Amino acid sequence: MEYFVQQLINGVTLGSIYGLIAIGYTMVYGIIGMINFAHGDIFMVGAFIALTVFLIMLAIGVTALPLILLIVLIVAMLFTSVWGWAVERIAYRPLRGSFRLAPLITAIGMSIALQNFVQLTQGARVKPLPPQIQGGVTLMQGDAETGAIVVQLSYMQIIIIVTTVVLMTAFSLLIAKTELGRAQRACEQDPKMASLLGVNVDRTISLTFVMGAALAAVAGVMFLLYYGVIDFYIGFLAGVKAFTAAVLGGIGSLPGAMLGGLAIGLIETFWSGYFSVEYKDVAAFSILAITLIFLPSGLLGKPEVEKV
Amino acid sequence: MAAETLTAAEPAAPHGWDLDPVLTVEHLTMRFGGLVAVDDLSFNVGRGDITALIGPNGAGKTTVFNCVTGFYKPTEGRIIMRHGKSASEDAIRRLTETGEPWSESEDGAIFLLERMPDFRICKDARVARTFQNIRLFGGMTVLENLLVAQHNVLMAASNFTIGGILNLPGFRAARQAAIDKAVYWLEHTRLLERADVPAAGLPYGAQRRLEIARAMCTEPHLLCLDEPAAGLNPRETSELNELLEYIRGEHGTSVLLIEHDMGVVMEISDHVVVLDYGEKISDGSAEHVRNDPSVIAAYLGVEDEEVEAAEAAARAAASAAAAKGRAENGPAENGKDTP
Repeated sequence: MEYFVQQLINGVTLGSIYGLIAIGYTMVYGIIGMINFAHGDIFMVGAFIALTVFLIMLAIGVTALPLILLIVLIVAMLFTSVWGWAVERIAYRPLRGSFRLAPLITAIGMSIALQNFVQLTQGARVKPLPPQIQGGVTLMQGDAETGAIVVQLSYMQIIIIVTTVVLMTAFSLLIAKTELGRAQRACEQDPKMASLLGVNVDRTISLTFVMGAALAAVAGVMFLLYYGVIDFYIGFLAGVKAFTAAVLGGIGSLPGAMLGGLAIGLIETFWSGYFSVEYKDVAAFSILAITLIFLPSGLLGKPEVEKV
Repeated sequence: MAAETLTAAEPAAPHGWDLDPVLTVEHLTMRFGGLVAVDDLSFNVGRGDITALIGPNGAGKTTVFNCVTGFYKPTEGRIIMRHGKSASEDAIRRLTETGEPWSESEDGAIFLLERMPDFRICKDARVARTFQNIRLFGGMTVLENLLVAQHNVLMAASNFTIGGILNLPGFRAARQAAIDKAVYWLEHTRLLERADVPAAGLPYGAQRRLEIARAMCTEPHLLCLDEPAAGLNPRETSELNELLEYIRGEHGTSVLLIEHDMGVVMEISDHVVVLDYGEKISDGSAEHVRNDPSVIAAYLGVEDEEVEAAEAAARAAASAAAAKGRAENGPAENGKDTP
């Protein structure tokens, strides 16, 4: 029981990070129908920006942790957004009218370019960040006789889960209630018609990339704080997992991305907890394959409707 | 205005639409590879008129619409939209030379639509359109469809969403105004009680009305309707006529419509332009066009010799030559029409 609860907590934490990244995939897919393979690397860039800001803050002697966290979050979101915007502007917009595979290929190119850029400028070795937030709440006491373990919810996990819930709520409201969100939904359904009604579709798409990148930056900050080490390659696996999460939840669906992220996080953690750590990725992708056989449009995706 | 244009049918007197056009299409040509969908077409749309663009299937009517609304970039030609007092030829020539898409003066503004991206044609030049095959945002509610059409107003009022999130008073007022306008058009299209229904759930006739309501929410100076009466029953058709008369009468919006239903065309149009194989074959009042032998020939498919005979009798030899060229061009364009 104790073991199960601990794994559940770990799984939800991991799932939150995946979910934040998955939103970027699903939104971009929804609005322009392409997979932004560079999104995982945008997440990685976000983590590096966060690390840089952290080290600068520590170097100039800022010690108030909440202040540091706030500044790191804001700066990382801001700069990563610029990266996300630039990627769209440079690699995708010029190919807007082109055949479907063209932006997919530039996306892979962007992904490689970003990885190599960070590798060249930051070095290939892992970058550690000294643990910043330690301690936690003990939920269940261990018992030596029954072999029960201590169940702990660390402060870091609380921060990750709360931040994710707050951001996702805010984000869902933004899409559902604001002008920008309405324009995004309109562009998603019929970009040409939206532009004939005076909506600047290019700008709306740019803002979608900016939002996705901002959320990826938050995920990057969380990843950095949670694991304490990053390198130029973290974007690849996290990106693939988040993409899997988006597909599992139903690509194009926001709640689907969140649910998918959570599902992938839980599957991975439970598999490593109860079976073997080596095969956790196999487990995650197998579940994806099985789900897609029975629910081809994912858990919450709308079935493809033939346009008449 | 209607009476005036009808009496202006005598050949000598200039037509109302030539004196004060809201839209001028000049030497418009649209080629798709070797196919000439629209060939050197020129016509005027009078301010405050209801103008009909008619012609047999594949005549290039929708292509003209697509060029006017920025869906296609025309191969050649100039499309001039005028706001306010009619701009002088001089001003238009100067604008054409500068390479700018539009210019403003105290008399109004002129826009060269072929130079503008489609969202600006709606936003700045204020041309709205509807489609032959309905293109509503099916997943959104009826009201939301109308709010998307007011996106620019709301976006500006909400300071790019930030004011909207904070719910500032300025934004609240703008939002209320937008909803009021939507409600106004819902009332006039009899859709008010369905405001919160997803647009895809509306019956066909209601979807057609909603498309017009949505176009009107962009506050257009020119409303382009692509077959608004297609698929409507007689009662709905007469309602449509009333709605268009109302839009023109109360809002002074000029209307340009493509229509196959000759009942609608003859009843409400001040001015009819007839296309066949991408060329203009007739241009005038409904009365004039109805009696034009080349129009009758195009619609009823009279033999070429008969056309020539009829035209020789009725019109100058020049138009007969055009008809011959048309016979050589072959059927075309249909299918390219709708993207």
